Amino acid sequence: MARLIRTEKEVEGRFEEVWIVVEEDPLEQWPEGPLEVVGRPAPRKDGPERVRGEARYTADLRLPGMLQAAVLRSPHAHAKVRRIDLAPALALPGVRAAIGPGEAHGLEEEAGFAGAAVAAVAADTFAQARAAVKAIDVEWEELEVVLDPDDAVKREQLTAEPRTYERGDVDKAFADADVVVEGTYRTQTVLHNSMETHQAICEWQGDTLHVYISTQFIWGIRQAVAQTLDLPEDKVRVVCEFMGGGFGSKNGPDEYTFVAAELAKRTGRPVRCALTRREENTSAGNRNATIQRLRAGARGDGTIVAFEGEFRNSVGWSGWNASTEGPMRMLYDCENVRSVTYGAKLNTPPMKAFRAPGFVEGTFGLECLVDELAAKLDVDPLELRRRNYAASNEGTPFSSKNLEDCYRMAEPHWERRHEVRSRSDAVWKRGVGMASQIWYGGGGPPSYAWVRLGSDGRATVITAMQDIGTGTRTAMAQIAAEELGIPLEHVDVALGDSARGPYASISAGSSTLPSMGPAVRAAAADAREQVEDIAEQRGLPADTPLQEIVAVLEESQILGKGARGPNPTGMSVLTFGVHVVEVAVDVETGEVNVERVAAIHDVGRIVNPLGASSQVEGGVIQGIGHTLSEERLLDPESGRILTTSLDSYRMPTIADVPEIICEFVDRPDEHLTNLGSKGLGEPPIVPIAAAIANAIRDATGAEVHELPISREEMLRALREAEERAREKEKRGAPAAV
Amino acid sequence: MSALRLTVNGGEHVLDVPVGTSLAQILRDELGLTGTKIACNEGHCGACTVQIDGVPQLSCITLAHAVEGEVTTIEGLREHPLVEAFVRADAVQCGYCTPGQVVSAAALVAANPQPTREEIRHAMAGNICRCGTYPKIEEAILSWQG
Repeated sequence: MARLIRTEKEVEGRFEEVWIVVEEDPLEQWPEGPLEVVGRPAPRKDGPERVRGEARYTADLRLPGMLQAAVLRSPHAHAKVRRIDLAPALALPGVRAAIGPGEAHGLEEEAGFAGAAVAAVAADTFAQARAAVKAIDVEWEELEVVLDPDDAVKREQLTAEPRTYERGDVDKAFADADVVVEGTYRTQTVLHNSMETHQAICEWQGDTLHVYISTQFIWGIRQAVAQTLDLPEDKVRVVCEFMGGGFGSKNGPDEYTFVAAELAKRTGRPVRCALTRREENTSAGNRNATIQRLRAGARGDGTIVAFEGEFRNSVGWSGWNASTEGPMRMLYDCENVRSVTYGAKLNTPPMKAFRAPGFVEGTFGLECLVDELAAKLDVDPLELRRRNYAASNEGTPFSSKNLEDCYRMAEPHWERRHEVRSRSDAVWKRGVGMASQIWYGGGGPPSYAWVRLGSDGRATVITAMQDIGTGTRTAMAQIAAEELGIPLEHVDVALGDSARGPYASISAGSSTLPSMGPAVRAAAADAREQVEDIAEQRGLPADTPLQEIVAVLEESQILGKGARGPNPTGMSVLTFGVHVVEVAVDVETGEVNVERVAAIHDVGRIVNPLGASSQVEGGVIQGIGHTLSEERLLDPESGRILTTSLDSYRMPTIADVPEIICEFVDRPDEHLTNLGSKGLGEPPIVPIAAAIANAIRDATGAEVHELPISREEMLRALREAEERAREKEKRGAPAAV
Repeated sequence: MSALRLTVNGGEHVLDVPVGTSLAQILRDELGLTGTKIACNEGHCGACTVQIDGVPQLSCITLAHAVEGEVTTIEGLREHPLVEAFVRADAVQCGYCTPGQVVSAAALVAANPQPTREEIRHAMAGNICRCGTYPKIEEAILSWQG
């Protein structure tokens, strides 16, 4: 029976109360460990299409009569359009339409950052559209620019009220603490830079708008586009069969979709609006920079008694104030915690969710601070983490938490530190560091799937979800194959089209597998039960192969239907893990090489160990980029973006990759759905920066406080460590004889 | 407009296109060979890699009219054993850079059938993968049985 419930929905660490209809989820979980198909490595179902270049991405679609759009963007970080003349653009060859501020959602008169969209043109070719954009005559009124987050906080120029949190008596706890450490940590702005840039093609057919888009959330696009254009949602069809990466930046429609829709309306032709790589680097979102002023207090026995943090998120012109304080609140059993988080409104490009937003930044600060505490207490960093293990999430029980197992599995990697250090020489210092991970990833309802079974014994899973590259299409096929008891090769997955399948989850917040997987299993179980009914009526024994049972059906089909059940009430569904990293630091030049990463994660049941290891490697590698080389740079005077190409914005290449060892606890969360799986897209990027910084401390004694750990920052930290050592020698050590 | 004669995957094409058009644009827009991806369009990422007479080239910064030699795109390499090696090793996530990776890797193994890890890293360093499939790419090329 359908049941209406009020529940808390979480995406990317943001919660909202929603009404949803849930269906009962009566299926028992499968037993722990590898089954016939689930839990066994499976190459991607769509691997051949993708590898052979046959997969059609939004960028590859060519609709008949399609026009190309280009967007005029503000060259100023803060300015107002005093006067704009589109006529010179319209006079150029090939130009079919031009629109200015207010004529499409996202084209605005006031540009709050360099790269904000102002006007757009549709032309026969992209070159013509670009030439026309250049011809648009704009008179700008430049306005005051605020770029410094401290300045913005001082002026109370914030995106929202500061978020405060407090438990216990923090002041008293610090006063009573035996040891107090404090530090300021800074993280930089980093860019998603998905390989396929943000883009959409819009086409009107009758009163229906067809939107082909590179997106992480087909249904979110449908809803946002319908709301903005005042259309019934069923009059918006959203298609995304393959998409070239998102990492959080493609959750919503943005200006390019509305530009394409409006220009398509005006010209009566399909219109593509695709960001160039340069636009991708200015206008497609970012992981915001942070400043974290942190303090921790502990008793001599290593019990952490107090945490305090002031967090300043450089949100930008718009965006939300991510939970940078989350790890400090949740990772350890600490009775007294106080935090305030400011979202600075700046004349910089808006932040967007980026793979565990807030927690990546917050874990860097927190886990570096905890290691500094370990050093001051002279306690082993792994031991300190164990001593402060949180048994609940501020009193709410965990649906499952196996971080203790992660720590145990980390031991052999952690033990290597003695040997690793011993390989240091005068120039290259080696060391080992660790950091823990906490993050969401439980998914939730609503999400639906259908399973269609033919008389040939082959099944198709139908659901309008998207596979953003994480391999969820394959995981869905595995789940259906397992439940139906048929080979993986006999299951296809049809996804990517809101007109051809039921509502499906966003692929963000590590939620696709935990949201969709249970719905797919329920749909397959519904089909299986119908097959069992048929077997009974045919007088066939229960163990007859499915293919034999349905063979008589001819054109008849069996249709199974499934929905994602609710999350366990009164429990926190979270993911956990630990990274142990080995680095080598050249103390003369400040070069840092990450040599080995052991990534151990607890995300419930692993459906596809092969795909899961790819997620972990990808997260680790992206995290190494964030830690060592990536940084979006602004001109500090004008606010213009200096790093707009993949030459200047430095992402890791194959030559930068260390040895990566992936291990999983692989134990189903007994309270979470019929599957017991949590998401894995985000967890592996959370702890890597702190683990690298802690390894650097182990190798050199230097305390890194800033990302990226450029050579400049590394050399600064080394110099500081030397001075500290000299001071200590002067003060404490007996003179050498 | 200017006449252009191009050999792609063994087929001859005679086109009339503006001077200054990139090879990537010709492949994708004129010949419908969309397996060659454009990700940066300025020669920084390797997604558009094709072979010209067996040598990897960035087709987004190669002028079509300046091409001398036979062009091989991913469409011409679909039966290459590396394709299967990539799929088996899971050397693909979003897949947008992957055709370019395969084209680069095919050129590598043609010149050096048993490359070492170091040689793979050297030859493949021009192909960026934002999803981070690098370890699997290395594994795919190492496992390649030519």
